[in-house]
Amino acid sequence: MSPDTAMTATAPAAEADVRKSSPGAAREPRRRPGRIRRIGLPYLLLLPALLLELLVHLVPMVIGIVMSFKELTQFYIRDWGTAPWAALDNYKVSVDFDAPVGKALLDSFLVTIGFTLLSVGLCWLIGTAAAICMQDTFRGRGLLRALFLVPYALPVYAAVITWVFMFQHDNGLVNHVLHDQLGITDQPSFWLIGDNSFFALLTVSVWKGWPFAFLIVMAGLQNIPRELYEAAALDGAGMIQQIRRITLPSLRPVNQVLVLVLFLWTFNDFNTPYVMFGKTAPEAADLISVHIYQASFVTWNFGTGSAMSVLLLLFLLVVTGVYLALTSRERRASHA
Amino acid sequence: MLSLALAASACGGGSSTGGGSNDSPKELTYWASNQGAGIEIDKKVLQPELDKFEKETGIKVKLEVVPWSDLLNRILTATTSGQGPDVLNIGNTWSASLQATGALLPWNSENFDKIGGRDRFVDSALGSTGAEGQDPAAVPLYSMAYALYYNKQMFADAGIDGPPATWDELVAAGKKLSGDGTWGIGMEGSNPAENIHHAFVFAKQHGADFFTADGKADFTNDGAVTAVKQYVDLMAKDKIIAPGNAEYAQNQSVSDFAKGRTGMLLWQSASANLKSQGMSEDAYGIAPVPVQSGTPGTGKQVNSMVAGINLAVFKNSDNLDGATEFVKFMTSDAEQKILNTAYSSIPPVKAAQEDPAFNSPANAVLKDTLAKSAVALPQVPDESQFETAVGTAIKELFADAAAGREVTTGSVKAALTKAQQQMPKK
Repeated sequence: MSPDTAMTATAPAAEADVRKSSPGAAREPRRRPGRIRRIGLPYLLLLPALLLELLVHLVPMVIGIVMSFKELTQFYIRDWGTAPWAALDNYKVSVDFDAPVGKALLDSFLVTIGFTLLSVGLCWLIGTAAAICMQDTFRGRGLLRALFLVPYALPVYAAVITWVFMFQHDNGLVNHVLHDQLGITDQPSFWLIGDNSFFALLTVSVWKGWPFAFLIVMAGLQNIPRELYEAAALDGAGMIQQIRRITLPSLRPVNQVLVLVLFLWTFNDFNTPYVMFGKTAPEAADLISVHIYQASFVTWNFGTGSAMSVLLLLFLLVVTGVYLALTSRERRASHA
Repeated sequence: MLSLALAASACGGGSSTGGGSNDSPKELTYWASNQGAGIEIDKKVLQPELDKFEKETGIKVKLEVVPWSDLLNRILTATTSGQGPDVLNIGNTWSASLQATGALLPWNSENFDKIGGRDRFVDSALGSTGAEGQDPAAVPLYSMAYALYYNKQMFADAGIDGPPATWDELVAAGKKLSGDGTWGIGMEGSNPAENIHHAFVFAKQHGADFFTADGKADFTNDGAVTAVKQYVDLMAKDKIIAPGNAEYAQNQSVSDFAKGRTGMLLWQSASANLKSQGMSEDAYGIAPVPVQSGTPGTGKQVNSMVAGINLAVFKNSDNLDGATEFVKFMTSDAEQKILNTAYSSIPPVKAAQEDPAFNSPANAVLKDTLAKSAVALPQVPDESQFETAVGTAIKELFADAAAGREVTTGSVKAALTKAQQQMPKK
C-alpha cells in the first residue's frame, strides 16, 4: 500500500520539476550529458532486476509456451530442437471435451473450481471469525494466536503426511473416532481413495489455509480505530451490527487481496494433493495441477502438458484481471 | 552477470545432443534404486563396494539412492536437461521406454566386450533390456521373480496341507485363512506397478497380451479383461483380501504378512524385507505362484514376470570409460554374489548364479521360475505409459471393490477402455 501512495503523491511534484527545468536545458546544451546520465541512471539501476525478472519468470514461461506447440514425447525430450512442430494439435487435444483426454481435463477443472471455492470460502470464514474473536484482549490470547498459526508454520510435507496417516482406512484416527467410538458410520470409510477423497483433501486444505486468513485479517483489524466501536456502542449498536457496519466494511481492502491470494494458491496447490494421493489422484480429488503433472510426466507427453498449463495460465490471468477490474471499480465508486 | 548467463544456458535443456566424453576421469555419479528395506540399508550395502572400486581404479563414485516413487521422474528430468548421473539403475520393465529417448548408452558388442561379453548373462534377463532387434539399453544387475510366500503356522492352524498350486486352490485356502481379523492374501491395490505385474501374468495365463505383436496397445481384448477381473475378484468376489489393501502402496502388505495378519503374499524376493521386519525364515514357506491348472511352464503356464534391475550408462556422461569400468565391476562374479546375497535376488550373471549361496530353497524357487516360467513385460516404447494407465485403472477397480461396489466384466472393460484411450496416438 504505502509505496503506491508515495508514488502518486510525488509524481505530480516530479512532473512539475521537469516542466520547470526543461526550458533551462535548451539554453544550456553543455549540461546535456550529465542530464542523460541522470535520467538514465534509474533505468540502469533497474536493469539487473529487469534481467533477473526476465530470466526467472519470463524465459521459462516463453519456453513453456513454445513447448506447447511441439510434439514433445519421449522420442524427442532428449533434444527438444528436433521435436516436430505440432501447430495447435496439443491445444485441440486438450479442449476436445468429447474425447477422453479433454473430458478428463474438463472434469479435473470443474473439481478444482468446486474445491477452490469451498476451500477459500471456509478459510476466509474461519480465519475472519477467529480474528474477530481474538480482537479483545484476554488471558491467553497470545498463546491461542500462536497455536492458531501452527498449521501455517509446519512444513507442508510433514503436516500432510500426518493427515494421510489419520485418514487411513485400517488404522487411521478419523475412522477410529467416526466409526469405532462415535459409531456414525456403519463401516470404516475410505478417505484416500474413492469419492470421500474430495472431503479429505478439502479438510487438509482448509486446515492448512485458514491461519493465513486469520493472520491477514488480524493485521487488518488493528487499523480500525477503537473510537468507531465506542461511538457505535453509544448509538446502541450490538455486536452483530458492529461487525456488519464497521468491521467488515473496514476490512474490505484487506479482504480483496486476501481472497485473490487464497484463490490463486488453492487453485494451483500441488503439494497437498500430491503428498496425499501420489501421482494418480482419485477422480473426485483430481486437482488440475496434479492432473497436468500426470498428463506430462506420467504419460511422457510434455507438449500436451504444456498446452494444458498455458490454458490454465490464461484462465487465471482472466480471473485475476476481471477480479481486479471489478474490485478497483468498486473502490473508486466508494471513494467518489 | 556472465556467469549467470552461463548457468542459465547450462540448465536451459535441449543442449544435451552432444555425446559423452572422458573429461572427468576420476569421478562418477551413481543413482541406485531402493532395493533394501530402506535407503539407509542400501547405502550400507553399496558404500563398501564403492570404496573397493575406488581403491582398485582410483575413481570416486558419488552414490545417491533414489526411492522408486521418484526414480523414473528423476531419469526423465535428467534426460530432458542433460544433467544426470553417469551410471544409474533402472527398473528392467522401463528399458524399452528409456531406450526410445536415446539417453542411454547402447550396449553393442563392442561395449559388451568391455565388460566380458554378452554371454556372461542369463538369457531371460537379457530379454528385458530393450526392444527386440536393438542393442540393449542396459545390462542386467539383479534378477527377481514373483513367488508365493505363505505363513506355515497359519496354514497348519487352518488345516491346509500345503501351498496352493492353482488359483482355485489359492482362493479355497484364502477363504479358510480369512476371518477373525486375518485375511487370505495381501495386495498393493494403490500401487500401479504391482497391479501391472499381476495383471500381466494373469493375462498370459489366459493366452492374452496387453500389446499386439506390432506394439500397439490392446487392453480390451477378452483375455485381458478376464485377467484383470480375476485379479480384482480376489477382493471383490472371493473376499480373501482385506478391503483396506485397496489403498496400500507403500509395501504395507509385506508388513501385514510379517505380522501374521495375512496368510499369503505374492512378492518378488521378499526374504530380506521379511527378515528386517522380524519374521524368521522358518516361519514362512516359498512356493511358485499358482497357475490356472497344471504346473508352471511356458505359454499359458507362465507364473511370473521377469523382474529385475538393470544398470545403464548415461550417453552424455563425462566419464564414459569410468562408467563402463564401473558396470564391469558391478557385474563381476564377485560383486554379483555380494550384492545379490544382500538383496536376496538372483544374479543375472551365469557364473555367479552357480554359487552355492543361491541354492537355498527360497532361491531355488526363484531361480526355477526365472529359468522356466517367467516372461518379460512387453519391450515396447509405450511400456511405462501402459504401467501408469492400466495400473491406475486397476487401482480404481480395487477402490470400487473395497467400497462394496460390484466389479463386473462390463466395468472392467470400461476401465480398460479408458486406459487405452489415454495411450499416445501414433
